[in-house]
Amino acid sequence: MAARSAEILETAAQLRGEIGDDLHDRLTEAIYADAEEVAGHAVSRSGQPRRVHLDQLLDRVLTSRVWGFPAMILMMMVVFWLTIAGANVPSAMLAGFLQGTVYEALHAVARAAGAPWWLGGFLIDGVYLATAWVISVMLPPMAIFFPLFTLLENFGYLPRVAFNLDRLFKRAGAHGKQSLTMMMGYGCNAAGVVSTRIIDSPRERLIAIITNNFSICNGRWPTLILIGTIFIGATAPPALASFIAASSVVAVAVLGVIFTLLVSAFLSRTWLKGEASSFSLELPPYRPPQIWQTLYTSVIDRTLIVLKRAVIMAAPAGAVVWLISNIHLGGSSIAEQAVHLLQPLGVLLGLNGVILLAYIVAIPANEIVIPTILMLTLNVAKSGLASTGVMLELEDTAQVHHVLTGMGGWTLLTGMNLMLFSLLHNPCSTTILTIWQETRSLKWTTIATLLPVALGVVVCFLTATVARLLGLI
Amino acid sequence: MTLSQLEVGQIAKVIKVRSENAERRRMLDIGILPGTVIETVMRSPLGDPVAYRVRDAVVALRREQAELIEVQSVAQETRMEMKR
Amino acid sequence: MSAQIETVDAKPCSACSSCNTSQLTRLGIKAGGWDYVVALMGNPNTGKSTIFNSLTGLRQHVGNWPGKTVTRAEGAFSYNNNKYKLVDLPGTYSLLSTSVDEEIARDFVLFGQPNVTIVVADAARLERNLGLAMQVLEITDRVVVALNLIDEARGNGVTVDERALTRDLGVPVVPMAARRGEGVAELLSAVDNVAQGAYPTRPRRMKYRDAQLEAAIVTLAAQLESAFAGLPNARWVALRLLEGDESIVRAVHEGTLGEIRQPNTFVNLTKLEAR
Repeated sequence: MAARSAEILETAAQLRGEIGDDLHDRLTEAIYADAEEVAGHAVSRSGQPRRVHLDQLLDRVLTSRVWGFPAMILMMMVVFWLTIAGANVPSAMLAGFLQGTVYEALHAVARAAGAPWWLGGFLIDGVYLATAWVISVMLPPMAIFFPLFTLLENFGYLPRVAFNLDRLFKRAGAHGKQSLTMMMGYGCNAAGVVSTRIIDSPRERLIAIITNNFSICNGRWPTLILIGTIFIGATAPPALASFIAASSVVAVAVLGVIFTLLVSAFLSRTWLKGEASSFSLELPPYRPPQIWQTLYTSVIDRTLIVLKRAVIMAAPAGAVVWLISNIHLGGSSIAEQAVHLLQPLGVLLGLNGVILLAYIVAIPANEIVIPTILMLTLNVAKSGLASTGVMLELEDTAQVHHVLTGMGGWTLLTGMNLMLFSLLHNPCSTTILTIWQETRSLKWTTIATLLPVALGVVVCFLTATVARLLGLI
Repeated sequence: MTLSQLEVGQIAKVIKVRSENAERRRMLDIGILPGTVIETVMRSPLGDPVAYRVRDAVVALRREQAELIEVQSVAQETRMEMKR
Repeated sequence: MSAQIETVDAKPCSACSSCNTSQLTRLGIKAGGWDYVVALMGNPNTGKSTIFNSLTGLRQHVGNWPGKTVTRAEGAFSYNNNKYKLVDLPGTYSLLSTSVDEEIARDFVLFGQPNVTIVVADAARLERNLGLAMQVLEITDRVVVALNLIDEARGNGVTVDERALTRDLGVPVVPMAARRGEGVAELLSAVDNVAQGAYPTRPRRMKYRDAQLEAAIVTLAAQLESAFAGLPNARWVALRLLEGDESIVRAVHEGTLGEIRQPNTFVNLTKLEAR
């Protein structure tokens, strides 16, 4: 057997030599020739079809020099607006139910069962509340964004976006499809990382993974919107406040795209240098998406994923917040001590100790940053508004503004830098885990985690220093 | 001339594919072979890449890829035939 | 790559009852306990996922191909009292290149030996989609061509004569518009027929007009057939050897090519997954 195998391989090698290098060419030509013949027998055409006209018309607009980019921006804004507006009511309802009704009920049960204060506190105020938070904040926007994204994908629009943006990505040394994975990251960075599977070359895939964090995921939008409204919008006359607030959020998003391109350019010229892989993008015809089926599958999938994420990641985070606020060492809680420790670094970065601590605690999930900040601020200022270690969201933005500026000592710089830091900080733990699963490389997972936060520190430091030098603070 | 010089709306026939290795395989996979008819459909708003119709599908290629594909404009060919 | 393929006795053909979509039961993500394995292949953008969803219902089990970060979707359905496992292979343009997607698709059909392989083609782009179908026909006899998106083709003024196609290709060709549910029953029936051996396929095998190439293939194929008795696709293997395809070269070297037999036997897929 072995002898025969060897003989076969030898013959093959010899024949290969005789045939020459262009075997693949000849094969492909032969296959296409055959395919043409068979298709020729079976296919018949009649005239210039209506559908092609419509497709071409649509493409002429969506990729034109004048309308191409505005159309993309419009599409992005529509998706964002639908997500935000659509999520408001469900989020409020979920919050009212989970953080109101169920929360009260759980405490009632705990009291009736005679549970010690710390057990009730830990389980209900810590673990449960954090999970409830994540669900009410995360679930509605994700359940809207992802189906919308899938609809756009099925419709066939996304390759056109890649087509429009490719030149920018090419200059940055990135793969043409990175624009698509970047867009997916606006829903969820973990999903964005998984979507980089559409990029074959490992090197270019890694660039896409590392820069995905600069796409602002659903969990960070509420933070940006809130701070943008309170701090940036408030500086404008009331009539323009909403518009200015919204613009500030868009500005941060655009900054995210700029950072994606800049960091990609940096990586492709230094740590991840190499040949650009062969680019080809098929632009499929526009196809009406199966709306109901997509919505149904997508919503169910997303709901399950978010629920699972909430339990695994947010629950422990909530436990930690409660613990550090309620465990006292030498007169003050761990939280207070940590805040004091981090304060000098915070101020240097134009932030403060509370924010830094909140970010450390919120590594598992971006969406608990704001409630943690509020809770810690109130705590450290020893106000009666919050019992210790209970995450909360105050009823209206004016109250939040008062808490942050009055009790927390926040300024415009703090607000602005928080928005910048929200863009430029480490990925959430789910994303870090996903990066590890997709790359199986400790080195690159670490880089993907630390690079954004390093950038965040540098940028915040610069803005804070410049603001001080110019005497603005 | 090369494919990169083909204007929007013009049709041409592929004469030679000068791409090499993985790039060449990709071109062959798409169906760009000597004798294939190819048409320039549209250009990206930033100028690059350009979308071409090949065997009933629309595919986008970057300039440096299109430069490696030699084509002959179909109108040219008819003209040459008339001269004979 | 050595595949430990455990074979199980062929199941006797059950009486073919008349085709009826109501016999279709969707089993969603149930794992294990199937009678036949069906592979789903095709170019990208041919509506392959729609077909997959129509056959397996709204839930699929999505995971990875072992050792690779390429998504793998599998599902199951039952038809005509048989349980089918459907494996969605990555969308590829051809099986000749060396990308990961193409390797996975090719290896699954060659070593995994599914009972039936469905090749999805876009009716409006037949010429370019047929290449893949023809390559698959070189590897296995048990093929059904799903001619999808005929509604789109109609809209573009393109008509496809599926009987001419069936004649030329030698395997069943099923026109479909999967997103409208058209053709699904016919596809199931064709798959069932081929799986049970009720449809004797006579797949078109490529004759290479290139005389030198053809001669080389004939020589190698003869050697392969005498070394590995019962090899169903010696010509295709010969071709891959001539191209220097590493995994095929290894299979010849290690002798595992001999484990590929006529597809009357069933492959225990769990062994394949453990690799």
